[in-house]
Amino acid sequence: MATFIPAVEIRAPQGGHGGSDSHPPLRGGGDGERGRNGGPDFGQRLRRARLGLAVATAPIVMLFVSFASAYIFRQGLPTLDDKSQAYVREWMPVNLPVTLLLVNTILLAVSSLTAELARRQITRQVALLPVRSIPGVSLGRETKFPWLGSTVVLGIGFLIGQAFAWRELAARGFYLATSASSSFVYLLMATHAVHLAGGVAVLLYAAAASLLGKSLESRRIVVDVTAWYWHFMLVLWAGIFALLEFAS
Amino acid sequence: MAAQDVHAHTAHAHAAPQGFVRKYVFSLDHKVIGLQYFFLALTAVFVGMILSLLMRIHLVWPGAAIPLIGEIKPETYLSLLTMHGTIMVFFVLTTAPQGGFGNYFLPIQIGAPDMAFPVLNMLSFWTTFVAFVVLICAFFVTGGAPLHGWTGYAPLSALTNTGPGEQLGADLWITSIAIFCVASLMGALNFITTTLDLRAKGMTMMRMPLTVWSWFITAILGLLAFGVLLSAGILLLLDRNLGTSFYIPLVVVNGQVMGHKGGSPLLWQHLFWFFGHPEVYIAILPGMGVASQLLSTFSRKPIFGYRAMVYAIMAIGFLGFMVWGHHMFMSGMSPYSAFAFSLMTMAIGVPSAIKTFNWLGTIHRGRVRFQTPMLFAIGFVSLFVSGGLSGPFLAQPTLDIPLHDTAFVVGHFHLIMGVAAIFGMFAATYYWFPKMFGRMMNERWGRIHFFITLVGAYSIFMPMHYLGMAGQPRRYSQFTELAYLHRLIPLNTFMTYAAIVTIAAQFIFVINLFWSMKKGPKASDNPWEATTLEWTTSTPPPHDNFGGMTPVVHHGPYEYSVPGAARDFIMQNDPATVTTSH
Ligand code: HEM
Ligand SMILES: [Cu+2]
Repeated sequence: MATFIPAVEIRAPQGGHGGSDSHPPLRGGGDGERGRNGGPDFGQRLRRARLGLAVATAPIVMLFVSFASAYIFRQGLPTLDDKSQAYVREWMPVNLPVTLLLVNTILLAVSSLTAELARRQITRQVALLPVRSIPGVSLGRETKFPWLGSTVVLGIGFLIGQAFAWRELAARGFYLATSASSSFVYLLMATHAVHLAGGVAVLLYAAAASLLGKSLESRRIVVDVTAWYWHFMLVLWAGIFALLEFAS
Repeated sequence: MAAQDVHAHTAHAHAAPQGFVRKYVFSLDHKVIGLQYFFLALTAVFVGMILSLLMRIHLVWPGAAIPLIGEIKPETYLSLLTMHGTIMVFFVLTTAPQGGFGNYFLPIQIGAPDMAFPVLNMLSFWTTFVAFVVLICAFFVTGGAPLHGWTGYAPLSALTNTGPGEQLGADLWITSIAIFCVASLMGALNFITTTLDLRAKGMTMMRMPLTVWSWFITAILGLLAFGVLLSAGILLLLDRNLGTSFYIPLVVVNGQVMGHKGGSPLLWQHLFWFFGHPEVYIAILPGMGVASQLLSTFSRKPIFGYRAMVYAIMAIGFLGFMVWGHHMFMSGMSPYSAFAFSLMTMAIGVPSAIKTFNWLGTIHRGRVRFQTPMLFAIGFVSLFVSGGLSGPFLAQPTLDIPLHDTAFVVGHFHLIMGVAAIFGMFAATYYWFPKMFGRMMNERWGRIHFFITLVGAYSIFMPMHYLGMAGQPRRYSQFTELAYLHRLIPLNTFMTYAAIVTIAAQFIFVINLFWSMKKGPKASDNPWEATTLEWTTSTPPPHDNFGGMTPVVHHGPYEYSVPGAARDFIMQNDPATVTTSH
């Protein structure tokens, strides 16, 4: 969907700073290969962004784990019935629109696949940059399929599908405050949707970034990290779906 | 997130920013952001302190008319209590040690030019700031600030008609906390990535100063704990505003049956304390790091048992996630779970004791320089021990049940969390002030501040243990009419006077702080003859911390009095080869 302009010059790899020191440090520790004085070092930035993402998954997992444990805790809890003044089990399983949710799941799975293809596509483009910048060298035809755009469309499709699922739930009489079970269904779906919408926003930014004149390498970092995030969202959704369907 | 940081980096790799707004308001420089956190916490601590003064005055002179406020009503007392606790725990104890000093010194101490994600860093400060403003707004809305205490137990906190402050004020309270969670998560993400990925050449994990270790482990605790508090907060907001019943059972309020059913107030307690216990370590670990750093530096001796210190921090962090039930012994939990929680809690005493012995071992036979930062570091150890000793008592369910709702618990956590962590911050301020502002703080006023605060804090909080055992309940706005507590009025009055004196003494600190910024004697680059990397750079450090250079690390962080060395300290980046201890 976008045309990629190889606008970045190639730099020689940066030598290790301080490597010429007469008493080199005992062990490596962090590394000296920073390129910090010589302009941006994209390899290092990519590694850092991926590390940041890996760290960021921890609190997201914690958020969902605590919702899930609250769900299980609440399920086993007897309720005081105001008429009989006795404790009763009143867990009311939600009648989920399973077919619709399965369709949504497939949408999300396919978008995860296209995100991966977008990631590989831009990785290949970055790898070919040095060759392309040689004057007179042409690489011939390249695959230009808009994987990134497809991911955005499928992601939005998933979100719309979830909204339909909510309407269906409402039509079946399950609102947020109807029962403990329906509260959890809405809660888990909404929290996941908000996280996925964040991913969509970042991908839109990545798509717009070429218009804003960002370098290919910068965009690659964004696309790479978001693709991993997308896979994470897929796994998370699968977990939520399984929890709602099988532990009710 | 990733997208913005791509920006940040290109912006940061270049020259220092120009213009007031970019330089001091929306700065990406971790040093400026660190100072912003510091001053936010300083503002917060003054607000929190005034609230506590009002509470102490009300306790012993219940009818007194306070200027501007008038007589304090029981519900106002509860609002003061709630806001005091919330402000102190979140916006002081979590904000200054980690956001403030951690932000400023973690990158420099590992030899990095900045945090890993500078834009995220700026966002986390401004998000914290918004959270603070939202919280303060609770004072000014109809009904006033919430009444449910800093722990916000449901169903009181989950219903909107349980008291004046439980209307909009409580919504603002929980919104503020949710925003604070997001800010803390962003900060933790940055701290962890920075520590793992930005260390200078030669800075192995086992060469990191113990301050860095404690900020790093604190960030991991924050990363895991704040997500849970956020989830608890979301459920609370839903209960309050959208009619769900996560926390609310079938209840009758003022004769009116509420439309809720089947929820569990204990669910809130579990989620809250799963966060809450790690949170107390989030508050104290950075202070432990500072104490370790200072005791070694001012004793001119290597820290005693560096590796043991590192493993003890890890053990405390790890065990800290398995003891939350010790706050819930009163909840009717099964004696078997209570036993398990009790055992795990006492297990935390082991790494805590290891740290204490190593601190003492570090001072032992050192050539101790009793300057103000060192005094506060010693004060920290003292308070940590005297506050910590009551912990194992409370960890016994049989002892905790009579003590739980009394002033005993208030004494325990104020000594260990409140005052000890604050002493850590004072130590850090006196120690790093020269690096941050290029001048020295006044030594004589520093000592006076120290002695008044130490004696004052003990006078306020030690008697609380006694009061608690004598049966004085906590969170009661008035006790003077209760006959069985009459004997305790003189002691309470003494504590209020002690609070007035101690609070007054804090103005010595503030005046010293601002006066020294302008008028203090110029500081050299390394006034304390310390070894870590922040003392190798100029004072205050340049925009990229090392002026375009990248430090290379050759030594561990605490090489003091090494035999054969020219001076009694070896800087971490000193290429000299007299290394014996690493
Ligand atoms: C060996 C170490 C410790 C042990 C065994 C211990 C044990 C306990 C126990 C059993 C309670 C519950 C008392 C009750 O509510 O009835 C408690 C409360 C508390 N502790 Fe500790 N503690 C220790 C260290 C710490 C530290 C290091 C901090 C903070 C830095 C801390 C902060 C608190 C706070 C804030 C509360 C009360 C919270 C509230 O109810 O408002 N404790 N402690
Ligand atoms: Cu605890």
